[in-house]
Amino acid sequence: MARTARTRLRAPDLSGRFGLLVMLAVVTLVVAVAATTQGVAPDRLLALTVRGVMLGGILALGAIGLSLIFGVLNLPHFAHGELMTVGAYLTLALLTILPDGGPLAPFSFSATFLLALAVVAPAVGMLSYLLDRGVYRPLRARGAAPIYMAMSSLAIAFGLRSIVYLLWGADFRFFYPGRPRPAVELFAGIRVRPDQLFILGLALALIVLVYLLLERTKMGKAMRATADNPELARVAGIDVERVVLFTWMIGGSLAAIGGAMYGLDAQMRPEMGWWLLLPLFAAVILGTIGNPYGALAGGLIIGVAWQLSSAFLNPAYGPAVAFVLMILVLLVRPEGLFGVPGRRA
Amino acid sequence: MPILEIDGVTSGYGEMEVLHDLDLRVDEGEIVSIVGPNGAGKSTAMKLVFGLLKPWTGAVRFRGEDISAAAPDRLVRKGLAYVPQVANVFRALTVEENLEMGAFTLSGPLAPRKRRVYDLFPRLYERRRQRAGQMSGGERQMVAMGRALMLEPQLLMLDEPSAGLAPMLVDLIFEKVRDVNAEGIAVLMVEQNARKSLQLADRGYVLANGRNELDGPGADLLDDPEVARLYLGG
Repeated sequence: MARTARTRLRAPDLSGRFGLLVMLAVVTLVVAVAATTQGVAPDRLLALTVRGVMLGGILALGAIGLSLIFGVLNLPHFAHGELMTVGAYLTLALLTILPDGGPLAPFSFSATFLLALAVVAPAVGMLSYLLDRGVYRPLRARGAAPIYMAMSSLAIAFGLRSIVYLLWGADFRFFYPGRPRPAVELFAGIRVRPDQLFILGLALALIVLVYLLLERTKMGKAMRATADNPELARVAGIDVERVVLFTWMIGGSLAAIGGAMYGLDAQMRPEMGWWLLLPLFAAVILGTIGNPYGALAGGLIIGVAWQLSSAFLNPAYGPAVAFVLMILVLLVRPEGLFGVPGRRA
Repeated sequence: MPILEIDGVTSGYGEMEVLHDLDLRVDEGEIVSIVGPNGAGKSTAMKLVFGLLKPWTGAVRFRGEDISAAAPDRLVRKGLAYVPQVANVFRALTVEENLEMGAFTLSGPLAPRKRRVYDLFPRLYERRRQRAGQMSGGERQMVAMGRALMLEPQLLMLDEPSAGLAPMLVDLIFEKVRDVNAEGIAVLMVEQNARKSLQLADRGYVLANGRNELDGPGADLLDDPEVARLYLGG
């Protein structure tokens, strides 16, 4: 049934990975044309692309965990954006406690910011695992239908956001209110803030770390194996419970750092993670659900498309660009960039 | 004492009773084949042994110890390995990583174990860096068996190892089963290909409608006119 519906939906000459690449090329072209007709200078487009890669790095930090969690636990984790929010606000909370030694030039943040990240990331990882133990695991043990799993994660998303509202209020927040964040020239007239380069660097370093973990360590391989085929993982004797623990620790930690990075680049508000959720899912679907490397590619593509669109659209429509991309992917190649046609992720 | 014993088990899925008072035994070093028509409960019997199904009555024993509905990782540690019929490899992982996952419960060097598997399946050594999802059906069956053998199990359980393979590959896979058995590993397999699997097996069980229909040495079952008429196509 699903198979035939999918075949019917797929445009005849746009099927397959080639079709998806054509689609992405067309989208890029449309963006470029729209930008030129509106008189946007090429160097501005270049600058937006650089910013898009940075935003893509932040999205990838969230999307990698989201994809792993879906692969290993078959859970569409709607509370993942809120893990980012919680990560950002917990970092803020730690900054108010820790003594501040002044900004680490040329960045706007202090050394304690890095310390706070190192504490908050594993803490949010553990929080997400405890949520699994308390809510998702009992549901799994009862063989709950996917819709109940999804709805429970939605409820947790609302719950976490409400707690953030209660503790920190609805206003915008900055890690370092009033501290100047000057941009410097990178090359060819492209101006970025040093913080943004830090964000990109940290995101890339973490992604390399996750890559090494998944490819080189026994636990990483077991995570990929479980995401690939949970039934077989069980009969092969893989300790699925430990795989679940590692999946949440990694997914939660990356999300927390992604959230803090987003807060560092822009500002924090309680619904920030909620607004990031759609782009995250778009990145995951674009890169094939359950494939962490695909999530990275998807995050970068969505980030760049989002930023480029702001050349001619109100930036508030950024998430809508991700939404449109997600729908196009679902129509053209529902299995994503790295999927096998006709096979559920 | 038999390695594996299914003792008067009745079981099924939800409300549906699939196995009725089933008895089965595998002795040291044996190849035992379960044959029977579709829906006879062959695969269900395998799932029962591997703890994926709880017995409603009766018991499953491994070397005399009750393992009814034990967790798979516990069975794996005891020396039972199971190769499901479908989706039996990690498609996204390389051949070598598939083998490593088979030995997840073990610590210590895996190289000697890998070498043994590669000796048995030289083709896997050639393709060890390839993702299992990109391999042919026959090669995947080898990856699946290799993964199970990484544990150096006492009993290897194969669910329809020849399903969907070209005749030449069927012969190859059965030959590999014989090689595995020659190393002292007992084999319990379920097969649609009744004639070939009974030729290979020391003993066979014929199941029908989830009940024991007949059992005995493989050769005797092959000669039995009733078995021939019903399951071997005359």
